[in-house]
Amino acid sequence: MEKIVVGLKRVVDYNVRVQVKSDGSGVETDGVKMSINPFDEIALEEALRIKESGAASEVIAVSIGTSDAQQQLRTGLAMGADRAILVLVDGDIDPLSVAHVFKALAEKENAGLVMLGKQAIDGDNSQIAQMLAAIWGRPQATFASNVTIDGDTARVVREVDAGLETIEVDLPAVMSVDLRLNEPRYVKLPDIMKAKKKPLDEIPLADLGIAGGPPIKELAYAPPESRQRGVMVDDVAGLVAALKDKGIV
Amino acid sequence: MAKVLIIAEHDGSALNTSTAKCVSCAAAIDGAEIDIVVLAASAADVAAQAAEISSVNRVLTIERPENEHAVTAVLAPQVAAIAGDYSYIFGPSTTFGRDLMPHVAALLGVNQVSDIMSVEGSHSFKRPVYAGNAIVTVEAHADSLLVATVRVASWPAAAGGNSATIEAGDASVEVPSHTRYVGLESAASDRPDLQTAAKVVAGGRALGSEEQFGLIYSLADALGAAVGASRAAVDAGYCPNELQVGQTGKIIAPELYIAIGISGAIQHLTGIKDAGTIVAINKDEEAPIFEVSDIGLVGDLFSIVPELTTALG
Ligand SMILES: Cc1cc2nc3c(=O)[nH]c(=O)nc-3n(C[C@H](O)[C@H](O)[C@H](O)COP(=O)(O)OP(=O)(O)OC[C@H]3O[C@@H](n4cnc5c(N)ncnc54)[C@H](O)[C@@H]3O)c2cc1C
Ligand SMILES: Nc1ncnc2c1ncn2[C@@H]1O[C@H](COP(=O)(O)O)[C@@H](O)[C@H]1O
Repeated sequence: MEKIVVGLKRVVDYNVRVQVKSDGSGVETDGVKMSINPFDEIALEEALRIKESGAASEVIAVSIGTSDAQQQLRTGLAMGADRAILVLVDGDIDPLSVAHVFKALAEKENAGLVMLGKQAIDGDNSQIAQMLAAIWGRPQATFASNVTIDGDTARVVREVDAGLETIEVDLPAVMSVDLRLNEPRYVKLPDIMKAKKKPLDEIPLADLGIAGGPPIKELAYAPPESRQRGVMVDDVAGLVAALKDKGIV
Repeated sequence: MAKVLIIAEHDGSALNTSTAKCVSCAAAIDGAEIDIVVLAASAADVAAQAAEISSVNRVLTIERPENEHAVTAVLAPQVAAIAGDYSYIFGPSTTFGRDLMPHVAALLGVNQVSDIMSVEGSHSFKRPVYAGNAIVTVEAHADSLLVATVRVASWPAAAGGNSATIEAGDASVEVPSHTRYVGLESAASDRPDLQTAAKVVAGGRALGSEEQFGLIYSLADALGAAVGASRAAVDAGYCPNELQVGQTGKIIAPELYIAIGISGAIQHLTGIKDAGTIVAINKDEEAPIFEVSDIGLVGDLFSIVPELTTALG
């Protein structure tokens, strides 16, 4: 396989306690730390390992968003991606259109694998890999916790509700990765310097000629119902009494 | 009239409760007329179970040998082939539905609403985002087909007692062979199922080893509870992955959740927000889990848990 395309979405860092804006138009992002979606770092790490094993020759990091996403792509390049593509959109883009962007790039680059995260931790949609597989007409292996490339096929262990499912797919294929697949490498200072010289191409979304689906509008954001702190008990006897009080045991 | 198609989740013999939960969600849409489709190698047993669910109008069966295992590449084109008769297509937010439904949506050229928590109108819904730290009301286009997953922890299973008609559906499309099922490794047990159990006992990193995680199983057995775990406990190999509760594990809503040696990271709390009573046992009185627990006990789990097991046994 020649190339692996990896999706890197810029999202609010997973350590941030997100706050809903008082006007309900979204969540507060001013001055908030932004990072690569944690699942996407794992997807990139896996792509790099596949390349290092000799099974692929190039890893291309792709982000769809505003020019701010350059930052996340630079981090991806510092991790080891060979080059990056930023598809520029201002404002919102619907998931089916995102899937079409990946299809267009996968076809243009003749990719053997598209590796994405299992979900983006902002929208928690968990859709893009599955949509891409559908419109590209290629296999999907979602929620991957182990990947073995063997020539023109891949064997993938998937984390499903019942346990660990193994499937075999023909390449090219789409994968979405789960957290236990690997531990992403740390970026070292010299890598950050080197990454500055790697190519980062910007393509306006309009240049790809994409038509997605009817968008799903977001009407209003609200904080979730919060749970109240309850009582503290001193010992096991107190705990059992409190449970009996509630009629649970 | 709003025609809804629900994709049954099953293992070839038993219908998963997630299907009856999807029915509850569908029934919340005004004028819903609900069909369930069972895709299987042989569908009779599962279809009979589906026909018992209240508010179901009709059960369609699509039988072919390729449907023996739930492989999305195989199932999705068949679902797309019968979609034309419906205005809504629902599946559960379980790994089965999360894998299948977006693929179906894309084949049909529409976007998908993920994780419906509540129905606000014929095309508007509430769903969680940012690991449940925000709830967004979304509105889909009223003139196009709506594909969605139903957040199973938000909905009760619809009651039984119905006897809907069962018919063979027609979805004779070509299916690809590029995706092949190999096998499933499951730590199946006699314990209650984590996703549907009324009581859950969960252990975290503090358990320290697979052997010591046995304390969690003992307490669960004394309570007739299912066993859950934090990601840290799963990552460390104390228990199998299917026990993970949280943003990337299972989202559950038991009547009782006992969190033992779990700190209460946001990603874990997402999975238990809808629990009835949350009990936390942790040696750190500052642990965030206490902010959301109804009953808290500060102390060393290695002395508390055996004592609690004896007291409840
Ligand atoms: C994208 C993403 C998704 C994630 N998804 C999930 C998910 O789905 N589910 C999930 O659980 N996590 C998830 N995590 C991980 C999460 O952030 C936490 O790292 C994890 O939940 C911590 O597990 P823990 O509470 O067992 O461990 P820790 O945070 O290490 O907590 C251990 C607790 O045990 C207590 N303790 C120690 N010894 C004792 C003792 N002897 N007696 C009593 N108490 C003791 C400590 O005080 C501490 O509070 C995710 C993370 C990311 C980035
Ligand atoms: N705007 C984006 N830019 C790059 N990758 C994306 C983008 N949106 C989604 N993805 C990829 O698709 C995965 C699943 O996202 P989602 O379906 O939105 O939860 C993410 O983990 C990314 O790998």
